[in-house]
Formats: sequence, C-alpha cells, structure tokens
Amino acid sequence: MPLPPHLQPSAPPAPDRRQPVYALVGNPNCGKSTLFNALTGLKQKIGNYPGVTVEKKTGTAWSQHGQPLTVIDLPGAYSLAARSPDEAVLRDVLLGRRTDTPMPDRIICIADSTNLERNLYIVHQILDLGRPVILVLNMMDLAAQAGLDIRVARLSEALGIPVIPCEATNGRGLVELKLAMSRPDLPLPRHSWSIPAPIAAAVSELQASLVENDRRAPLIARAEALLLLTDQDTVRVAGSTTLSPRTLEIFQSWQKRWGTSGTDWAGSLVQSRYDAITGLTANVVRQATAPAGPNTSDRIDAVVTHPVWGWLVLGAVMTALFVSIFTLAQAPMDWIGNHASLLADAVKHRMAPGDLRDLITDGAIGGVGSVITFLPQILILFFFIGLLESTGYMARAAFIMDRLMSRVGLNGKSFIPMLSSYACAIPGIMATRTIEDPKDRLVTILVAPLMSCSARLPVYLLMIAALMPGNQVPVPAKVGLMLLMYALGTLGAFGFAWLFKRTLLKGEPPLMIMELPPYRLPRLRDVLQQMGGRAWIFLRRAGTFILGISIVLWFLAAYPKASAGANPAQQLAQSFAGRAGHALEPVIKPLGFDWQIGIGLISSFAAREVFVSTMGVVFNASADDKENTAPLQQAMGKARWPDGRALFTPLACFSLMIFYVFAMQCMSTIAVVKRETNSWKWPIFQTVYMTGTAWMLSFIVYQTGSALGF
Amino acid sequence: MSAPVKLSELAVGARAVVREMPASGSAFLRLREMGVLPGTPVTLVRTAPLGDPIEIKVRGYSLTLRKSEAAEIAVEPAISE
Repeated sequence: MPLPPHLQPSAPPAPDRRQPVYALVGNPNCGKSTLFNALTGLKQKIGNYPGVTVEKKTGTAWSQHGQPLTVIDLPGAYSLAARSPDEAVLRDVLLGRRTDTPMPDRIICIADSTNLERNLYIVHQILDLGRPVILVLNMMDLAAQAGLDIRVARLSEALGIPVIPCEATNGRGLVELKLAMSRPDLPLPRHSWSIPAPIAAAVSELQASLVENDRRAPLIARAEALLLLTDQDTVRVAGSTTLSPRTLEIFQSWQKRWGTSGTDWAGSLVQSRYDAITGLTANVVRQATAPAGPNTSDRIDAVVTHPVWGWLVLGAVMTALFVSIFTLAQAPMDWIGNHASLLADAVKHRMAPGDLRDLITDGAIGGVGSVITFLPQILILFFFIGLLESTGYMARAAFIMDRLMSRVGLNGKSFIPMLSSYACAIPGIMATRTIEDPKDRLVTILVAPLMSCSARLPVYLLMIAALMPGNQVPVPAKVGLMLLMYALGTLGAFGFAWLFKRTLLKGEPPLMIMELPPYRLPRLRDVLQQMGGRAWIFLRRAGTFILGISIVLWFLAAYPKASAGANPAQQLAQSFAGRAGHALEPVIKPLGFDWQIGIGLISSFAAREVFVSTMGVVFNASADDKENTAPLQQAMGKARWPDGRALFTPLACFSLMIFYVFAMQCMSTIAVVKRETNSWKWPIFQTVYMTGTAWMLSFIVYQTGSALGF
Repeated sequence: MSAPVKLSELAVGARAVVREMPASGSAFLRLREMGVLPGTPVTLVRTAPLGDPIEIKVRGYSLTLRKSEAAEIAVEPAISE
C-alpha cells in the first residue's frame, strides 16, 4: 500500500527478530486499561517489575496476519518526569534503562480526546524518542458530545504518525489500530519544536555525553537529556541503570550556571512544549457547538462534593461497602470453612492415622483454610475499590477527606486504604498503590493494620461476653465497649501516622495535585479482571508464606506427643506451643495473662480469630460453633491462676482486648507488607512497634487497674 | 487590567488567567506539566467541604490543589461580564 506523502517509512523490523514489543502509554483515566484488555483479551500476565512494587502487565495481541505481538501496559502518567515509582518504571522502560524489560519497539500513545492538550504533553515527550509511535484518540464519542470537532487527518499530518480515532469501551477503532500495529513500515514521527534558547546548548552537551559515556542511541540521548532538565533524576527504583558520573557532572554544572543567572530552565521547557501543543491543537480541535451548560460530571459533583450532601454520599458509599462485606461475604466464608473441614475429614478417612495425616489435615488444610476464609471479604473489597476507581468516585473521596488526613501529615489518598483496613488490612495495604509519594505510602502501610479488622471481632465479642456475662449488663454498655476498641485502633493509626511523618519518614508535606476525572460508567469486565488479578497476586505471593507458617504452628501444637489417652487440652499443654506459652508467661503476666492465654496469642498468628478456637481447646470446651460460645465462656469463668484467683477477671479481659487492638498478630498481613515494601525491614519494624505498643498499653491498663483494686 | 490576586483567594465560579507562579518546587513543576502555566485561563470551581483543597477547571479538566500551593500562584481575575 503506498504511503501518504507526509509519512516516512521506518526500516521494517528484521524478520529473524523476537516477537515485536508494543508499549501502551497514556494519562491516568484515559481508557488505557480498557484498550489493553480489548487488545489482549484474557491473555494477560500480571506480575511485578523485579525489585519494585509496580504492577507489570503484559499480554499478547494478534496482528492482522496472525503474528503474535507482545503488548506492555505501562503505568498511567501525565509526564515522563518521574515523581513516583510508577512513573520511574514508565520512564526507564521507554528509555531502555531496565535490564528486565526489553525496550519497546513501538509505542502506542492513548489520549483522551475530550482533553487533548494535557493528554498530548506526554505524547510530545514520547515523540522526542524518535521511535515509531501510533496515537490513539480515545473517547471520540464523548468528545463529540462535548461539542469538540477533532480533525484527525490534520493531526496525523502534523505529527507524521498514524492517528486512530477510537472508542475503546465499544471496540470502535480497534480494527484500525490492529491494522496500524501490523504494518511493517510504521513511520517515524516528524517532530520538531523549538527548545528555549538558554537551554539548547545544555541539551546538546548532555546529549553528547549520554552518547559517549552512557552508550545511548543519539535520539534517545536527546530525549533523555531533555527529560533530565525536568526530571532531575531524583526518583530511582531498583532495576534501573544509573547515569555515568560525567553526565551528572555536566548536568550539575549547568544547574549551577542557571542558578546564578536566574534561568527557569524546567519551567521554560514545559512552557515551550505547551506552546507547541497549543499551536497544534489550534489547527486540529474546533469547539463546534458551545457546551450546553454544566456537563453531567459537574452536576454529579455539585451533590457529591456538597458541604452537606457530600458527607451523606460518602457515608452511604462506605456503609454500603461494609454492609456488603459483612453480609455478602458470610455465605462464601461459611462455605469455604465447611469445605475445608469436609476435605480434612475426607483425608482423615482415607489415610492411616499418623503424623503425615495430621500434618495435612490440621497443618496444611486447617491453616490455609483459616486464611482462605477471608478471601471472599478480600475479593469484595477489591471489587469495591476497583468500582470506586473506575467510576471516578475515589478521587472525590480523597478530595473530601484531604483536609482531615492532612492534620496527620497524609493526604486524601490514604483515606480509602485506611478505611478498607476496617474489613481487612490486606486489600487496604494493596490499595496504597494509588498513593504516589513513597513515604506517604509507607506510613499508610505501617498504620493500616491498627484499624480493627474483622478478624478481631470474634475476639472482642468473646471478651465482652466474658467481661460482662449474662443479661444483667445493658446492651449499650457492650456496644459502647466495642466502639471504644474501634476508636482506640483508629486513634492509634492516626497518632502513629502523625508520629512517623514527623520522625522516621519525614518528607515534604504531601501534595494534593490530583485530577478529578469525569464520572464514567464502570466496565464490569475491567473491574472483575482487576479484582481477579489482585486476589491472585495475594494468593500466590502470600500463599507459600502462609502455608509455611501454618505448618510451623501445627507442628508447635502437635509435638512432642503426649502419652496415649491424653485429651487435646493435655496434648496442647505439653506441646511446644504449651511450653512457649509457659516461657512467655513471665513477659505477659504483668498484663494479666497466663501461659494458656499465651498459647492463644501464639496461635493468633494464623488469623486473630483462631484465638477463640484455641481457647476452646485449651479449656476443653467445644467452641466449634461460632455463634454459641456459651460453653467456652463457662469454662473460661472457671479458669484459675495456680493460687486460686480467677484468670478472666474483667480487668484481664479488658487488658486482652487492648492487646488485640494494637498487636501485630497476622501472618498474612506480614507477608503482604513484605511484598509491598520489598524488604523484611518494614514488616519487622511494624510487628515490633505495634506489639510493643500493645504490651505497654495493656501493662498500663492492668497495673493501674490492679492498683485501683479492680 | 485588574490587579493580580492569589489563586486561593479567587471567588467560587470566578475566572482568571495565571500570571506568575514560583519557578522552583516540584509542586509547581507538576502543575506546569499538567497544564497550569503563566497565561493559562483557570476557573475556580469549588472548595472541598472542609475548605481545603480547591478544585479548578483548566484546559477542560478538573484539578485539585491545596490552598497552600494556590496561595503562591498569582492570577488576574477576568472582568465579569
């Protein structure tokens, strides 16, 4: 097919080369994920870039000739200048700085047509790279609704690249895109713009040094030199190659020179890019019809961010979230719990009694089962988070909550992760990926498990029942005590966030520069795909760790074996766990706990609610039925210290509840924090500071209470 | 030509043109990259329920920023018709 005269063909890729790699690049909320899903279908691999917690999504698309094409979905960004790990990965992949990811052969830029100027900024930076680029103008239907008339052919002619109008949500334009992707002779962009005079000399000097000292191709070197001037190369992530000292030296000497002359190099560079873009769009975009008053998003926002209605909407959304977690998740949780025990029973019947059988049934199935039980909750949370993100409400929640979060030095984006942690800290911690600033993100991860999660609920309920037995105590007192626990955890989370932001993770005050994207109808398929991907990452990465710890916990409770005929309580008492409980007793006695409670604390590492069933074994009372803990309560009421004092005094129960509010006792959370922070340092620090706080507060409560005669 | 005011002091619904913004600071570089530059028209849409941050409309989209940043941006209010 002959090319239009303005397109210059690039050299066709050599036939013996590997599968061609296409990178998808664009602003957040431009429909990039929808397009990626449309191109690759279910053939996707979701993983991580080694060494950083940035999601790596790759998939396979098929060319018109049936050739497989690799597509990488790069993180959404407004600029190649990196301020977060996500953006650093994007920049490094495009510049070929990462050893673990091939430099893309071709780049597909996606732009939201309703907002072309800002979307073209990153496109403009990418055109500098001198690689074959396809520009996709997404959401053409919405642009037409907004009265925008976009002359696609003119834009294509001006940039010298194929420009494809598209509506990713209904597949329009997809065939044309695939046709363009299949072309062996994709043109190189014809791209010229005027670099501001004071910095042009610096660009060529840096370019020369990058070619000579960093072995870059000339065009890439020029793009990287331009980028250095707005990027300053401060955000570096693992897996990216560093610049040579000579290049950095040249850069610093220019910085010094501009500093004395008062040249605003970065600002003028951005300005001249936008000048070039405005020149381009002036010829391409026409406001055909004036927009008829406020658009739908403006009308929704008038309610959703209203000083009164805004809070009601936020409250209603969050209530819906929690109600659905606690109601919808119940049936599948019971189902998983029942089937785990059915499976264990089936194994028990088929295998000869022995240690291997017990390892499989009690260790592997029991332990993993107690964690998988939480999977329905986690899935529902991921679903809601995906829904809130894709509709655009997430940004509004952050907008409303920012003022409150800023009091402790965080920004509004920490709100959803912390709130989700009331249900379960795991999705909460995984949702912190939307927080750009690495320090803010870490602080949020560190304090999120202080929010009382649903696994603490059975423990609170048991303790409240033991603390205020029978029906003499009015219900409001019980509810009040429960609310007090939630309030303590929340206060603790905010208090520690405040402390960490001032000491350990001191940084610049967080910014709240954020787009409020237009409201969009969520695409169920995209939300489900994202939910599935995240849950899979949790299961795969945390799964092995959880299985290992479950087996260790089982081993501690099952060995050494008691003499034949011992009941489970006696077996547990003389096991390693029992001995550990005894060893722990001197440490926890000042909190009012004996070695038997110590066993419960150790077993809580599987999941906090395991405390209840462990108490059932320890005190020889059946507590299999979660609803009915009456036999256990009676047994606990009879429990005594060796000197005859009651063990579960109201004060000891209260102290134990305080301990559960603050202590880090969840191996799944530890596994996820390890994964999200990429080191053992932070989960260990978190375990120590949380459990230390728990010990101190319980100590103060128990000792003060004892001194006062409770 | 009206006297420049701070972006943070603009009335809700008022339109203005950015005149000056600080050269240094990553916040202002990011704002520039998102299209807020000297010469750009902006409209203050609303403030958050608790008074901070603010929402502006710029180049056809909605952007939030805190008042502390907005206070350092000088804008020239458009004469209301």
